Amino acid sequence: MFRAALRLSVSGARSLTRSRPQYTASVAARSYSHGKQETDEEFDARWVTYFNKPDIDAWELRKGMNTLIGYDLVPEPKILEAALRACRRLNDLASAIRILEAVKDKSGPHKEIYPYVLQELSPALSELGIPTPEELGIDKA
Amino acid sequence: MLATRVFRLVGNRTLSTSICLRGGHGVAKVEDYTLPAYFDRRESPLPDIKFVQQLSPEQKSLKEKEKGSWAALSKEEKIALYRISFKESFAEMDKGSGEWKSVVAGIFFFIGFTGLVVLWQRKYVYGDVPHTFDAEYKQKEVQRMLDMRINPVEGFSAKWDYENSVWKK
Repeated sequence: MFRAALRLSVSGARSLTRSRPQYTASVAARSYSHGKQETDEEFDARWVTYFNKPDIDAWELRKGMNTLIGYDLVPEPKILEAALRACRRLNDLASAIRILEAVKDKSGPHKEIYPYVLQELSPALSELGIPTPEELGIDKA
Repeated sequence: MLATRVFRLVGNRTLSTSICLRGGHGVAKVEDYTLPAYFDRRESPLPDIKFVQQLSPEQKSLKEKEKGSWAALSKEEKIALYRISFKESFAEMDKGSGEWKSVVAGIFFFIGFTGLVVLWQRKYVYGDVPHTFDAEYKQKEVQRMLDMRINPVEGFSAKWDYENSVWKK
């Protein structure tokens, strides 16, 4: 009961300052004092479904990514994988690379997040042939 | 019919403004600022339009190649595809400029110039100081203050040794 109460009292975004390597996507930035709070898993599932739409169009990809980056969280690797696959369906390699850059930028001072995300995404990256910004050398100004 | 011809003329850009014909007067010119714009923003990683709108033939063929396996693309081709869609990478858009040095230099320069103006004013604009600033007058003033016992407990006269007529050490 206490844990549930603690859950409900954490409103909006949760910052990733915990040292344990669990980079769950936190609840979206809607803080109701009443009503059901969306769990992390529901949030993730919703976004994975969004990007997994087979006939997603370019606008929806852009809108989805820009909205997702607007939240106060680093997206889970499974959401990012769905987004990268959407890029593949749209034949848009540049956007795929941009998404990786955005993830690194989103992590801010938490330098351990980006390598973790890349590690989780490495099967998808090699399957789709997506290079990381570091491989292309565009991570340096 | 006229509207569709105009649509073809304007090209592939997504039109956010609607083109309508009113009373046979023709079509309003689509202003640049009304169309989606490109900008590099950290918070909005995928802009509304690609950076390069008119593709050269090599770029067009590269775009065709992009429809195949991405693993078949060379590193330069991948970078070229990135640069078609985007102007600056995150690293490039985030890097600072050296502008602050110019700003600080400008600040110092203008402070220095103001100093020169002040010195010139002192020499050529201001008149003489009043006679009450003369050394002799000041001496008499101090003596008068000591005679009046100004601030005798902790302040002015407290620091004067009346026995020996000197300032206390």
